[in-house]
Amino acid sequence: MKILVMVKQVPDTATRIRVGGDGASIASDGIKWVINPYDEFAIEEALQIRERLHGEVVVVSVGPQRVEEAIRQTLAMGVDRGVHVKTDVALDSYQAAAALAAVARQETFDLILTGKQAVDDDAAQVGPLMSVLLEVPQVTVVLKLSINPDTQRLIAERELEGAIEVVELPYPAVITAQRGLNEPRYPTLPNIMKAKKKEIRVELLESLGIDVVPKVRITALTEPPARPVAKILTGDPLEAAEQLVNLLHHEAKVL
Amino acid sequence: MHFDLTPEEVMIRDAVRDFAEGVVAPNASKRDETGEVPFAIMQQMGSLGFFGIPFAEEWGGSGANTMSYALAVEEIGRVDASLGLGFAAHVSLGCSPLYYFGSDAQKRQFLEQAIKGVYLAAFGLTEPEAGSDAGGTQTKALREGEHYRLNGTKIFITNAGHAGYIVATARTDPASRKISSFIVPHDTAGVSVRCDYTKMGMRSSETCEIHFDDVVIPAEYRLGAEDKGFHQFLDILDGGRISIGALSVGVAEASLQASLAYANQRRQFGKALNEFQAIQFKLADMAMEVELARTMVHKAAWLKDRHRPYAKEAAMAKLYASEVAMRASSEAVQIHGGAGYMNDFPVERYMRDAKLLVIGEGTSEIQRMVIARYLLQEQNS
Ligand SMILES: Cc1cc2nc3c(=O)[nH]c(=O)nc-3n(C[C@H](O)[C@H](O)[C@H](O)COP(=O)(O)OP(=O)(O)OC[C@H]3O[C@@H](n4cnc5c(N)ncnc54)[C@H](O)[C@@H]3O)c2cc1C
Repeated sequence: MKILVMVKQVPDTATRIRVGGDGASIASDGIKWVINPYDEFAIEEALQIRERLHGEVVVVSVGPQRVEEAIRQTLAMGVDRGVHVKTDVALDSYQAAAALAAVARQETFDLILTGKQAVDDDAAQVGPLMSVLLEVPQVTVVLKLSINPDTQRLIAERELEGAIEVVELPYPAVITAQRGLNEPRYPTLPNIMKAKKKEIRVELLESLGIDVVPKVRITALTEPPARPVAKILTGDPLEAAEQLVNLLHHEAKVL
Repeated sequence: MHFDLTPEEVMIRDAVRDFAEGVVAPNASKRDETGEVPFAIMQQMGSLGFFGIPFAEEWGGSGANTMSYALAVEEIGRVDASLGLGFAAHVSLGCSPLYYFGSDAQKRQFLEQAIKGVYLAAFGLTEPEAGSDAGGTQTKALREGEHYRLNGTKIFITNAGHAGYIVATARTDPASRKISSFIVPHDTAGVSVRCDYTKMGMRSSETCEIHFDDVVIPAEYRLGAEDKGFHQFLDILDGGRISIGALSVGVAEASLQASLAYANQRRQFGKALNEFQAIQFKLADMAMEVELARTMVHKAAWLKDRHRPYAKEAAMAKLYASEVAMRASSEAVQIHGGAGYMNDFPVERYMRDAKLLVIGEGTSEIQRMVIARYLLQEQNS
């Protein structure tokens, strides 16, 4: 079983995001970068599949130099090796999917796993676009995955609004992971020490023949309106409750 | 010279921090109240390789170094000093004697399981009549053919209740002060362990009294040569001081972070506390001292990793960092005012925990004696 896991490095959700000087991207100084949380479920699932069925888990990530750190973290979790598609250009979803699909073609694969979306732009497009580009089936928002290597088929449970859908499909395929698929492991310290000896192959974006003109351009980025100062009601509980109801009715207009 | 950690050291620190925040922090205050020892968490730390950080892969270690170990102890200590103490005592006092002085057979039989976290390991040095003067050991181990018979009492021993073995110091000749050390499996007949002290702080670390009552162990369980125990435990304590220094930095850092957060949120006289210069000066002093303490701990760890003499620096690191932890935690309570005195905030726990740091593994007075001894030696050489 050869599994590719597509991983994106994103700002830590606890980081305060500010708009950059160009008004169309975020200011990158002071940001702590982490692996997209949904991709962590994909990594964990790949490692569990490898533990059951053997094979290889390869992580692929697109981005600037700093992305190497995210790849090293996945190696410390137990991933076998990494491919870093290096570029300083910010890509749109289609370009990212095209770059990842190009690597997938080079590498060949039985499964591609990735997060259902990246928490930075929330576009949720890269998984589905890869499946189209690679002409393989896909299942998104997966909560449970079982694999039958004899029949080369997968059974996946997907989360729908108020229901669970069970689908069956052949693989190679693209799977996008939802929270709940598993509980990502902590890296073990011996694996952290071994991570530095594992291979990270660097591939320049230009060498993959990807169209560098984006299909989607971000024209403006604005911060959400500042939150008004909180009102704290003190004193007699009965009066405070009355005041609260009043405020909810007339000021917040939520009742 | 440079001050950067290696990429592996950063990754280890971050991995331990994630674990500390995700698994250790949530019930740390509750455990302080109940005194519950989180053995399951300690076993998880073992399976993740935390206990093997400074040890070679050959013995099930993680193959990292003292610096990484210091970073890990700081991170655990920052959220739960009791667990940090259990961690530091297990690795530095319980595992290290076997790692440095044990035979291959002893390592295979005892050390590998301790590193995996199957059980903990304890170091029994302190006795009712031998505290700071640890050479005053009264426990006896009398040779009887291929065995030793141990009799004596150890007090204040960390982790002994969950220990698979206890490294115990004892005198083989009642007429001389020469000391040897022994590996005593916890289930040997005549070993009794009671862990029912009621402590001021470090309340969810396990502290026990051990009685050896005609305990017979095979001679192969002696650690190293006979009469080498004194030098062995001095060496072990030197290494242990780096970890207590790191633990102290953790407590001091936690005190600083709690103070920064509270001073930002609490308002008096129409202003946030952090707008008052008196509070700013406290924060500045705390931050400076935490930084200095950490730097000294790292220097001692760095020297040890390079197999250079480090004992004086380890004593300085332990002494300075533990006293910083005392000051920082006390100032943290001060900055929190009355709220800091209540257990709704963790700072009163930090203050109680910090007091152990200036006592355990050599009191501040003993550290000063150690440092002075090196100074005089250097002067006379
Ligand atoms: C929570 C906890 C965990 C512990 N864990 C362990 C463990 O795992 N293993 C273990 O072996 N021990 C352990 N100890 C014991 C600890 O190491 C000793 O308590 C410590 O070394 C001090 O010894 P003492 O308590 O006998 O104090 P004493 O030696 O009686 O000292 C009392 C006071 O006198 C001072 N003093 C003593 N001698 C001198 C001198 N020559 N000059 C100036 N001042 C002096 C001391 O600094 C101190 O202030 C633990 C203790 C605690 C509280």
